[in-house]
Amino acid sequence: MSETPHRTPQEIIDLYRTEFGAGVLDATITERGEGVHKTKAYNIWIRLDKDLLRPAIKKLMDIRFPHFAVIAGSDLGDEIELLYILSIFYGTKFGEYMVTLAIRLKKTDLSVPTITDLIPGALLSEREKQEFLGITVTGIPDGRRLFLPDDFPQGVYPWRKDETGIKPEMVRELWAVNRPRDRPVPPVPEKKPAPEEPAAQGTQKTPGGAAE
Amino acid sequence: MSGDSGKKSIPYTVPIGPVHPALKEPVMFTFQMEGEVVKSVDFAPGNTHRGIEWMGMRRNPVQIVHLTDRICGICGIVHSLSFARAVEQIAEIEVPPRADYIRTIMHELERIQSHLLWAGVAAHELGFDSLFYLAWRVREQSMDLIENITGNRVNYAIVQIGGVRRDISTDQIPLVEQGLAYYRGLLGQMKNVFLNDSTIRMRCRDHGLLSYRDAQLLCTIGPTARASGVAMDVRHDYPYCAYGDLDVHPVLPPQESGGPKGDVYDRIIVRLLEIAQSIDIIQQCLDTMPAGEILWEKKMPKLLMTLKKARGEAIGRVEAPRGECMHYVRMDGNDAPATWKVKASSYSNLMSWIPMLKGEQLADIPIIVASIDPCMSCTDRVAVIQDGSAGFLKKDDLTRLSQKKTLRLMQCR
Repeated sequence: MSETPHRTPQEIIDLYRTEFGAGVLDATITERGEGVHKTKAYNIWIRLDKDLLRPAIKKLMDIRFPHFAVIAGSDLGDEIELLYILSIFYGTKFGEYMVTLAIRLKKTDLSVPTITDLIPGALLSEREKQEFLGITVTGIPDGRRLFLPDDFPQGVYPWRKDETGIKPEMVRELWAVNRPRDRPVPPVPEKKPAPEEPAAQGTQKTPGGAAE
Repeated sequence: MSGDSGKKSIPYTVPIGPVHPALKEPVMFTFQMEGEVVKSVDFAPGNTHRGIEWMGMRRNPVQIVHLTDRICGICGIVHSLSFARAVEQIAEIEVPPRADYIRTIMHELERIQSHLLWAGVAAHELGFDSLFYLAWRVREQSMDLIENITGNRVNYAIVQIGGVRRDISTDQIPLVEQGLAYYRGLLGQMKNVFLNDSTIRMRCRDHGLLSYRDAQLLCTIGPTARASGVAMDVRHDYPYCAYGDLDVHPVLPPQESGGPKGDVYDRIIVRLLEIAQSIDIIQQCLDTMPAGEILWEKKMPKLLMTLKKARGEAIGRVEAPRGECMHYVRMDGNDAPATWKVKASSYSNLMSWIPMLKGEQLADIPIIVASIDPCMSCTDRVAVIQDGSAGFLKKDDLTRLSQKKTLRLMQCR
């Protein structure tokens, strides 16, 4: 595998600016040093035009194949911001940068193209954003729910801050839930075995299971 | 499932799960089997999604730090450390260097106990129970050290925003050094029993393969990625805490053992070598630990005021025992963060099960599923649907199948 050259954070931003011009709405670098020597770690934040998401991911893959971490999402009122958090140049001593590509979707059109054809590992994260933020990922190979249970109401998106978010009546305060009062005082006597039902299937035996 | 009953054709559908008491994210598996061979895999996590991110967006950062302690039962420090680091960056809080070193020591002690726990579980899945007892016996030493330093075996509650809540005193340092000496003395023996044992080699070599390319494309991280030859380790690539001052290299399976193949055996090697690496890092930290404060601000009201005023966004990222753990936080001048996204290590590693399990046998499922995740095997309860009749296999039955296979292979030799 041929390695592409390592670049500084500013060079990466410059590459994006030359390629996408005014499509790059904002680009910043943050740094953080800890310990005694305060060795710096760098984060690159690039805010882009909505249509540039896929070209921007492809651009990063051209620089060096990135590690995709997660998509974070934030409800800003009229818009939803999606932050594609990746990292690039892993394997280089103190040379890895986090690259966050952020796009904003208007709440009137909450669709975003899939990136799973470029990075298949992004599938779980895209599925999660669909159910938690109510966006639509077009072209997603598997659009099922991921974390939310099947009986969770449709049209409720936990991370939204508008009327489609979690409703107050869905929230149960744990401290307000008292211990159940209708239980017998321990020690509870053992249950009598239920009278055996006549075997419907004749000779067929069901191993295990019931004893869970 | 009801649609499948009565269907006698191949492939058979074998669901596993979803209740797995030891895993943070319980997983429901559905296997398509052709005889003993896995044809395709599907899984559905989320059966006990607790909505922790939702809860966090209604609490202040100091409360969240203690909530993050409870995200995982084994990794007690990685989430609180990631979250605290993100918030510290937003509020521009400078952590005292001594606190960074204590965080690093705790981080590595946790890696030792987590890898040993995993080693024991792996041995058990193979039917090597004496090794399981040995691994868990020696794990106790690290648990005792953790308890001595933090006061707790799990949910350490040592990380606070701006530092740590407990110092390591001069009396405690000899105890930590004793613990390290204990593990140094055992390492040779552990390597010998795990790596030179013909049973383990037979069951793990060339099983559960994950290629370099698949590991990259599926965003695999941590020991699972390193076993496939992907040299990534947050401690080496992206300095945080004391790692910027230390010499840490990603552990890859060594050439003399056959190089990175990306099988279960390589994942065992990587984790064992990482225990040795962790001992080394703790020793380096003890030797060079600076004196000084351990908290940026002791007064809680002042800390909370600073956090309330903070605006901005940041990423906190650490190398957990299972791989990268990452928190994204955005604060907008309120008590609670506006956005909080937790990315645990398993979140990135789950998809690598799909290529690993394809083409393997039913009896190999426990060890392969366990091989990416140091918690516990995912196999609680299996329902086998064959010839229209549903029978239930419990976790014990599946483990027994795996153990029988070991015996069978040993007799064939």
